Amino acid sequence: MGDIDRIRWHCRRGLLELDLILAQFLERHFERLDREQRELFTEMLDEPDNDLLDWALGREEPPEPRYRPVVELLRAD
Amino acid sequence: MSLPARAFDAVIVGGGGSGLRTALELARSDLKVAVLSKVFPTRSHTVAAQGGVAASLGNVEEDHWHWHMYDTVKGSDYLGDQDAIEFMCRKANEVVYELEHFGMPFDRMPNGKIYQRPFGGQTRNYGERMVPRSCAAADRTGHALLHTLYQANLKARTQFFVEWMALDLIRDRDGTVLGVTALEMETGEVMILQARATVFATGGAGRIFAASTNAFINTGDGLGMAARAGLPLEDMEFWQFHPTGVAGAGVLITEGVRGEGGYLLNKQGERFMERYAPNAKDLASRDVVSRAMATEIKEGRGAGKDGDYILLKLDHLGEELINKRLPGIREIARKFANVDPVKDPIPVVPTCHYQMGGIPTNCHGQVVAPKNGDAEAVVPGFYAVGECACVSVHGANRLGTNSLLDLLVFGKAAGERVIRDLREDGPMRGNLPKDAGEHTLARLARLDNQRNGERVAEVGADMRRIMQHHCGVFRFPDLLVEGVKKIREVAGRAGRTEIKDKSRTFNTARVEALELDNLVETAVASLVSAEARKESRGSHDRADCHRRDDANWLKHTLWYKEGDRLEYKPVHTKPLTVESFEPKARVY
Repeated sequence: MGDIDRIRWHCRRGLLELDLILAQFLERHFERLDREQRELFTEMLDEPDNDLLDWALGREEPPEPRYRPVVELLRAD
Repeated sequence: MSLPARAFDAVIVGGGGSGLRTALELARSDLKVAVLSKVFPTRSHTVAAQGGVAASLGNVEEDHWHWHMYDTVKGSDYLGDQDAIEFMCRKANEVVYELEHFGMPFDRMPNGKIYQRPFGGQTRNYGERMVPRSCAAADRTGHALLHTLYQANLKARTQFFVEWMALDLIRDRDGTVLGVTALEMETGEVMILQARATVFATGGAGRIFAASTNAFINTGDGLGMAARAGLPLEDMEFWQFHPTGVAGAGVLITEGVRGEGGYLLNKQGERFMERYAPNAKDLASRDVVSRAMATEIKEGRGAGKDGDYILLKLDHLGEELINKRLPGIREIARKFANVDPVKDPIPVVPTCHYQMGGIPTNCHGQVVAPKNGDAEAVVPGFYAVGECACVSVHGANRLGTNSLLDLLVFGKAAGERVIRDLREDGPMRGNLPKDAGEHTLARLARLDNQRNGERVAEVGADMRRIMQHHCGVFRFPDLLVEGVKKIREVAGRAGRTEIKDKSRTFNTARVEALELDNLVETAVASLVSAEARKESRGSHDRADCHRRDDANWLKHTLWYKEGDRLEYKPVHTKPLTVESFEPKARVY
């Protein structure tokens, strides 16, 4: 599990939309995630920007069903 | 105290499209190359490019590089250097086919050739009508380009330094560039990366504006480093804006919204475009719409508590049409503006999108600066490509799909030139100067030891507000003069920033303070250059002088940090092999 500082930097993306969504997620939800969800979120950050954005905006469902709970939180804001 | 150093043949700063293209060219030689990137390369801002790459392949309809050249010169409002533009348009087919061979998944026609689609400003026969010239990979051209180039670089064994931030340029007494100092984010260590060739591919600085479509990483690091090292920045008054980005966020709202019948309102609920463009109204061209919006805001008719945005109304279109014709708009508006456009208008504002100016270079990507009477003397050992460079093919305004072409053509050209220069130069030129890295250490020490200093976030927010208000899409003389004063004050405050977190590992606060140093250089350069240019040309649109003034202003601006002063140099109006396109009124 990465520390929060590293994760914060990994939320810096190529797409502005993702910068905004991930920064807000970190602020509002990250503290309350359990260990497993944090690991999932960290793993998801390795996915391509366009895919992450499509999931976060609800344009597409993530192919990995285990991502869904965290994706739901990204959508919730 | 001296810094540890590592030596390379070439160091490329930036892992986006232009850096990766240059790296790939170098990887074909046996040079030792390092690519530094603040973020993982495929997360560079190139990923946001959707439009495609312009090239006159003529696959769908007849086309010619000379028509493309005409469009680009005209689009640049005649400020673009015609030799560089000819060079780029002639090389376009070659770099697109090369990219295809690297594995780029271009959209194709049934006959297997690359499909091409029309894009604004790209015409046949010198403006006769639109021509399909853009080569794309669905709406993910930038993404596909980054992945293609990154994979090709991996295969070629390019060495990446991921999550490294370059801090300062190292020059010797003669001005030769010898490499950079850089911060490894994971350890917090600072190192000298010595190089026989240093290539900047650091992207734009669109984050200087409050309203920007640029990702957070676009902080103009290369521009800041070049300016601090005594080099000029060219044509920094020219920034391309889009009329409708979500206020406070920057996310674009497609022009299709107005195409489907959405319209703009001021705080009084007035459909003001009827006053500015009685016929076209909200469908007037981008610059007319942006200018009207900026005027409404300046004259106190903006909406919101600070009166700083315009309302884009589309609820009258009805939920069904919005869902059907404008897919995705509701999610965007809900997510980034916190409104459901089926019920409420979206707050929008003209939003910065692309930087036309940058570090001055020639067609080979070599950085050039005035020296001993030569307006474009090559700075030995230093190259720049992509949005951070000003070659200048975009001049006063960029055509869509020319930016990806720019980075492919000049990324490759810079790579070729580096190989040639290094072959001629022989081995590493002597040792680093004794004080190499001292400037960087002093900056870092100042930041760590600052007491009662300024907060990075506050200084940054003030900078962005000032740029937006005083140097936005439509420029008013009084606001420009006042803006120069204010941005210089902000620059002073940026020299007294303080961070609470002094930790070493992934210290985002420190990185953001260092990024602010670079942003501020760019912001001052832009405002000072804009205030001085007393004409309207391309994206630089002044309320007090509506016309282009070729007699006095057909010239490139050069801003120097030292003395915060300006110089000018001539535009290359002579192409390489063809006749010049003489300046004409720009009508579309």
